[in-house]
Amino acid sequence: MSLEKIIFYLFATILVLAALRVITSRNPVHSALYLVLCFFSSAALWILLQAEFLAITLVLVYVGAVMVLFLFVVMMLNINLDVMREGFIKYLPIGITVALISVLEMGIVITGNFTLDKFPAPARKAVDYSNTEAIGNVLYTEYLFSFEIAAVLLLVAIVAAIALTMRKRPNTRSQNPSEQVLVKKSDRLHIVKMDAEEKQS
Amino acid sequence: MIALSDYLVLGAILFCLSLAGIFLNRKNVIILLMSIELMLLSVNMNFVAFSAYLQDVAGQVFVFFILTVAAAEAAIGLAILVVLYRSKQSINVDDMDSMKG
Repeated sequence: MSLEKIIFYLFATILVLAALRVITSRNPVHSALYLVLCFFSSAALWILLQAEFLAITLVLVYVGAVMVLFLFVVMMLNINLDVMREGFIKYLPIGITVALISVLEMGIVITGNFTLDKFPAPARKAVDYSNTEAIGNVLYTEYLFSFEIAAVLLLVAIVAAIALTMRKRPNTRSQNPSEQVLVKKSDRLHIVKMDAEEKQS
Repeated sequence: MIALSDYLVLGAILFCLSLAGIFLNRKNVIILLMSIELMLLSVNMNFVAFSAYLQDVAGQVFVFFILTVAAAEAAIGLAILVVLYRSKQSINVDDMDSMKG
């Protein structure tokens, strides 16, 4: 067994076990942390496939941003865990059945057709080969339009997420700079004409 | 050497695990969202494996776009979840029946 195979099976086992814990653990915080482990081990597998750029992106974007967001939300909400677990046992048989049947079907299709003699393992890239450069070369030429659309999509997501979660509390006191700038002297200062008071004697 | 089928079987196992996760945790929206993330990860695994074995970088570009869309989806999904929790004080799927659909 070569070193490469040992690494593959090690990370694949960790990945599958962590994925199993994501769907079965009681506490959503544990699920989120196991999902982080899933992303880390897949990043390792992608490095084994010489896709370094995507592996690093997976760790940065998913572990660094998306999973932290998940953890924030999980810890912010007060969830009744017992209610959430209702139906877990009830749906366990059908869940296992559906998963097993689909993995068997996919296994039958995959194992015969994608063997090493039909798809030989790719040769190792040269030392000066840069995966990031290869992706960048096609990303900014062939896929430029899709790249721009992805950027717009992210902008829409930012605006939508902020617009959804922002709320106005009626009893908070906040400054409104535009009104402050627009204020005139006559709005604030009233000069009242009145007769001079006579000295009481 | 590792065959392409090994990576594909790994992707298939991941996909089916997340499918089972959707069945089992059908009350908890957060775990449902995590299962969807896991599904996208398994799809990405297939894309990267094919990209490496067919020596075509287009698959990796596609994974890049999937990552973008998945990040946007997670952000909006969690935002909707927070708004829902504020109005109902619960994230149980069974409580979301006000539209009688």
